[in-house]
Amino acid sequence: MVQGRGPEPGRGDVHVSVRNLDKSYHLPKGDVFAALRNVDLDIRRGEFVSVVGPSGCGKSTLLKCIAGITGVSAGAIQVDGEPVVQPPDNMAIVFQRDILLDWRTVIDNVLFPIEIKRQPKEKWRDRARELLALIGLAGFEQRHPWELSGGQRQRVAICRALIQEPQLLLMDEPFGALDALTRDELNLELQRLWMSTHKTVLFITHSISEAVLLSDQVVVMAAGPGRILENIAIDLPRPRSLDTRETPEFGRHAKHIRALFESLGFLKAKP
Amino acid sequence: MNKTLSVTLVMVGFFGLWELGVRLFGVPNYILPAPSEIALELASDPMWYARHSAYTIGACLMGFFLALVIGILASIGIVYSRVLENTLYTLLVSLNSIPKIALAPLFIIWMGTGTSSKVAISMLIALFAIVIDTVLGLRSVDPDVLDLTKSMRASPLQVLWKVRFPTALPAMFAGMKVAISLALVGAIAGEFVASQVGLGYAILTAQGMFQTTRVFAAIVLLGVLGTILFYLVNLAERFAVPWHVSQRGGAAATH
Repeated sequence: MVQGRGPEPGRGDVHVSVRNLDKSYHLPKGDVFAALRNVDLDIRRGEFVSVVGPSGCGKSTLLKCIAGITGVSAGAIQVDGEPVVQPPDNMAIVFQRDILLDWRTVIDNVLFPIEIKRQPKEKWRDRARELLALIGLAGFEQRHPWELSGGQRQRVAICRALIQEPQLLLMDEPFGALDALTRDELNLELQRLWMSTHKTVLFITHSISEAVLLSDQVVVMAAGPGRILENIAIDLPRPRSLDTRETPEFGRHAKHIRALFESLGFLKAKP
Repeated sequence: MNKTLSVTLVMVGFFGLWELGVRLFGVPNYILPAPSEIALELASDPMWYARHSAYTIGACLMGFFLALVIGILASIGIVYSRVLENTLYTLLVSLNSIPKIALAPLFIIWMGTGTSSKVAISMLIALFAIVIDTVLGLRSVDPDVLDLTKSMRASPLQVLWKVRFPTALPAMFAGMKVAISLALVGAIAGEFVASQVGLGYAILTAQGMFQTTRVFAAIVLLGVLGTILFYLVNLAERFAVPWHVSQRGGAAATH
C-alpha cells in the first residue's frame, strides 16, 4: 500500500547507504570478534546487489544491520535517507531457511505479516492467492508447510516477504539449502519477479555464479575481519538465462571473483 | 496385530491368570481377591463408588486446571523476566525436590479437611511438570523466527501469542500428560491424610476393616479413571496441535 510518502523517489538514487560500518561481538572470554570492519556500500533504488563471500565474512551480519534487527558498533546506515534505528518500513527479509510456521496453512503463512501489521486479512487474501499463483503454487493455499517440498516452502517464504510490498527486499542465502535444479529454477523466477517490480534487492549468497547471474552489482567480501574487497558491476544483458552462464562475459566476471578469493587463500587446491 | 485387539488380549490374559491363580491356590480374599469378586464388589453398590470417584476426579481436575493456569502464567513470567527466572524458577526447582506428599498434612492444617486442601495438594504436585515443559516450549522458538517478527516490528504480545505459544504447545501437552496423572496422585494423597469422601478415603476405611476386595475395587477405579484422564489430554492434543510431527502419522513431505 502506498502511504503518504510524497513524490515517488526515482530509480537510480541511493536507496541504502552504509558508511564506515563496524560490528563487533563480545565473546564470553572477553575477546572481541570483528564481524565487520569499515564497510562502505551504496545500493541504488531498483538495483539488484549480491554480496558474495566465504563463511564468516559477515555478509549475513551486514544484512541484519541494514534490516535494523542487529545494532551496529560504529558507522551509519541509512535507508531512504533515514538512519536505521529500527527495522525500516517497506523492507522485507527472506531467510536461508523458510521458517514457515508449521501450524499455519500456506496462505496463512503468507498473510502472517498482514496480521502482525494489524491490517484486515480478508482484504489481502486475494493478493496472497495471486502471489502464490505467480510463483507456481496455485491450489496449495490450504496445504500445511510439512506437505511441501523444500523449494515449495521457500517459494511460500518469498510470498510472505512480497505481500509486505517492500521497496527493499533483503535475501539471506535464500536458495542455499535447495538442490541445484530447484535453485536454478528459483533464480530465474526471482529475476522475473525483480524485472517486473524493480524492487531494490540485497541478495546474500556464497555462490559466485548465482551472484553474477542475478546481479547488477556484486559485492565481494572477505573474512577476518569482515570487509568489502571489491564492487563489481555486472553489465550482462537482461533477461539472463541459464545459458548466460556459458557466455565468455559471464565467465570473465566469475573468474575475476574467484581470483579475488584465491588471492586470499580461499578456493585453492591444497597440494 | 491390531492395537485394540492386542490390548484386550493382554488384559484378558492378565485377569485370567489372576483369577486362575487365586482359585487354584485358594488364596483368601483378604489377601488377594479374585477379579470376579472385585467386579461383584463394584456392581454391589455402583452409586457409592460413583460418588467417591466423582469427588476424587473433581479435586483432581480442579487441581490440574489450577496448575495449568498458574503454571502457564508463571512460565510466561519466567521466560520474559530474568528476575523471575532467578527467583521463582529457582524456588520451584528446589521446592520440587521435596516430596510434595510430605506437604499434604500442612495443607490440611492450613485449609481444613474439605475439598480445597485436596485441590491445593493436587495443584502443587501437577504444577512443576507444567512449568518445566511450558518454559522449555516457550524458549524453543527458532531465533530466525524472532528475527522475522522483529523485521515486521511485531509487538511482544504478538510474538507471545502468535509465535511462542503455538511453538510451546507440543511441549506443554507433554507436561500436561504427566501433570494429569500427578494431579490424581495429589488428590488421593490429600484424601489419605484427612477426608470423609473420595476414593482415597474409601481405600483407607476399607483397609481399616480388612475389606481387601473394596480396596482393590477402588484401585481398579483409579486405574481406569487415570487412564481415561490421560487419553482425554491426548485427545485434546490431537485437536490442538494436529500440525506437529508427533500427530501427523503417515502424512510425510513429498520432497
